[in-house]
Amino acid sequence: MSKQIDVHDLNIFYGNFHAVQDVSMTIEARSVTAFIGPSGCGKSTFLRTLNRMHEVIPGGRVKGQVLVDGKDLYARSVDPVDVRRQVGMVFQRPNPFPTMSIKENVLAGVKLNSKRISAAAGDELAEKSLRGANLWGEVKDRLDKPGSGLSGGQQQRLCIARAIAVQPEVILMDEPCSALDPISTLAVEDLIDELKQDYTVVIVTHNMQQAARVSDRTGFFNLEATGKPGQLVEMGDTQRIFNNPAEKATEDYISGRFG
Amino acid sequence: MSTSTHKRPQRSAPIDGIEPSEVRTAPQHLVWVAVGVGLAIALIAGFALNLSLGLVLGYLAYLLTAYLSFRATAGSRVGLDQLMRGLIYGAFALALLPLISLLWTVVSNGAMRAFSSAFLNQTMNGVTGLNDQNYFDGNADFIGGAYHAIIGTLEITAIATIISVPIGMFTAIYLVEYAQGTRLSKAIRFFVDVMTGIPSIVAGLFAFALFGSIFGVGTKNGIAGAVALAVLMIPTVVRNSEEMLRIVPNELREAALALGVPKWRVIYKVVLPTAASGLASGITLAIARVIGETAPLLVAVGGFYALNTNPFSGPIQTLAVYAYEMFTKPLNPGFRDPSLERAWAAALILVLIVVALNLTARLIAKLFAPKKSGR
Ligand SMILES: Nc1ncnc2c1ncn2[C@@H]1O[C@H](COP(=O)(O)OP(=O)(O)O)[C@@H](O)[C@H]1O
Ligand SMILES: [Mg+2]
Repeated sequence: MSKQIDVHDLNIFYGNFHAVQDVSMTIEARSVTAFIGPSGCGKSTFLRTLNRMHEVIPGGRVKGQVLVDGKDLYARSVDPVDVRRQVGMVFQRPNPFPTMSIKENVLAGVKLNSKRISAAAGDELAEKSLRGANLWGEVKDRLDKPGSGLSGGQQQRLCIARAIAVQPEVILMDEPCSALDPISTLAVEDLIDELKQDYTVVIVTHNMQQAARVSDRTGFFNLEATGKPGQLVEMGDTQRIFNNPAEKATEDYISGRFG
Repeated sequence: MSTSTHKRPQRSAPIDGIEPSEVRTAPQHLVWVAVGVGLAIALIAGFALNLSLGLVLGYLAYLLTAYLSFRATAGSRVGLDQLMRGLIYGAFALALLPLISLLWTVVSNGAMRAFSSAFLNQTMNGVTGLNDQNYFDGNADFIGGAYHAIIGTLEITAIATIISVPIGMFTAIYLVEYAQGTRLSKAIRFFVDVMTGIPSIVAGLFAFALFGSIFGVGTKNGIAGAVALAVLMIPTVVRNSEEMLRIVPNELREAALALGVPKWRVIYKVVLPTAASGLASGITLAIARVIGETAPLLVAVGGFYALNTNPFSGPIQTLAVYAYEMFTKPLNPGFRDPSLERAWAAALILVLIVVALNLTARLIAKLFAPKKSGR
């Protein structure tokens, strides 16, 4: 259940603002790919084009190709709704649905689409997803309590459970730990490591140690100056990027000599 | 960078012109002194001059005493705090006074008639000035009530609600979810604002003219009244709903979209339920706003002495129009009192309905509110 993503010459715009320029890359299946780079260089923007969430923003548009196992996400005939079922997303701030219980949150992808699902199957899917998100043990006794009653780290894992309950091929995470304490961060990092058995995982992070810890491959984004579009400076095996970067900018950023 | 050798600045190093402020306790009993002074002045001036002047002078005396005494004992900041506190309480009382006075007038004039079974269960069908005269002379029981007007008010308002809620809600959904920042949305918002300011009589004339041109000049019926009320209600519903939809966090929309939920379902299953409490109470308040309208109903529906439940034909009585007619055209000009009683009673019933609607709005807001975190 995982797919390779090929991006060709992707340019991303907010209205007339050119946010990301000419990105080409390959994201390998069953691996964790991390994006690092300074704030505002377009990491989130780029990530959101991988499941067509970018166009949700008024004025958001994209030029170029994103191929998932050879099929172009941006082809005319492709329905963005189907893309998002295949490519799930976890956001920076945990955002469980406040009107729903923990279980309803996990099953939100099914329930919101009014798919019929038997109670037993629903229970099974909820348990499987919560186990997949390393949260089952902590919430199994209070599945009917509101999801907003969990701690921040638990809420984030709830959101991950919600994303994997839709059974996507790819999971995108935008700074999933930046609102979490170190222990919750560790829990989520462990989880990411497990997720790559089954999914293609792409994670944006501000934390370089985290990128080094969890990812197999790393892409470094940068922008030449404010107001200029962000670019992919280089991408490669995490080991190589951190130990032996090809570009000066990457080295400067990684070693903390930046700006 | 070793912090241990780093020398901290001396904590209380004196700086020219800046002195650490000492902690002074404000003597709270001074409030009671000020209240006493205020009351004394109010009483004296109240008896010597007149009551309202006494109240004003007493209030000013309270402000002055509180300000000066606290200033002298606890410093100017505390004195100013007390002064502002007094001013704010004063403004609050001033704002509340007309409301209480209005409620009191309506209740005291209307209460004894409003809850009698004759008033609640009878229409004005067959009631004449002679009945009022007999009642006034003590020769007969009071007859003639507002049953038909209560039913008419509820019916016309309900139809107006049925017309305006879908239109208003869909407009709000369009503005917030589909047309954010577009020119069309700005234009719509502008016209909605203009509509908010339409005088109600104009809405009545509009409905009257509209129905006149379709069904023949002079057509007056319940639907025409409901249309007039809807014209007044729609902008309120749009504005309230828009506000409520706007405060639904965008994260929730994105969370649902990212799960592969189509946009219309996101609106229907996530946005609307999250905003439900606000939407429902906004609609209830919009109803409360139009339920007491008189002018548009007078023009578009007219008044009627008997029960008419058919909104498609003929005039229907409503509470506000009933009160207006009883007041301006008493059944028996020689014996006005029974008619005035009816007018006040109708006013009281109307006020009670509005209060009930407001309470309902609060209840709905509580019931639908998103589950609070139990953390
Ligand atoms: N909703 C938006 N509308 C317009 N511009 C945006 C929006 N979101 C982000 N941007 C711009 O796009 C650029 C990239 O932002 P972002 O992708 O959030 O950066 P990062 O995630 O790397 O910090 C920034 O210049 C930012 O100002
Ligand atoms: Mg970002």
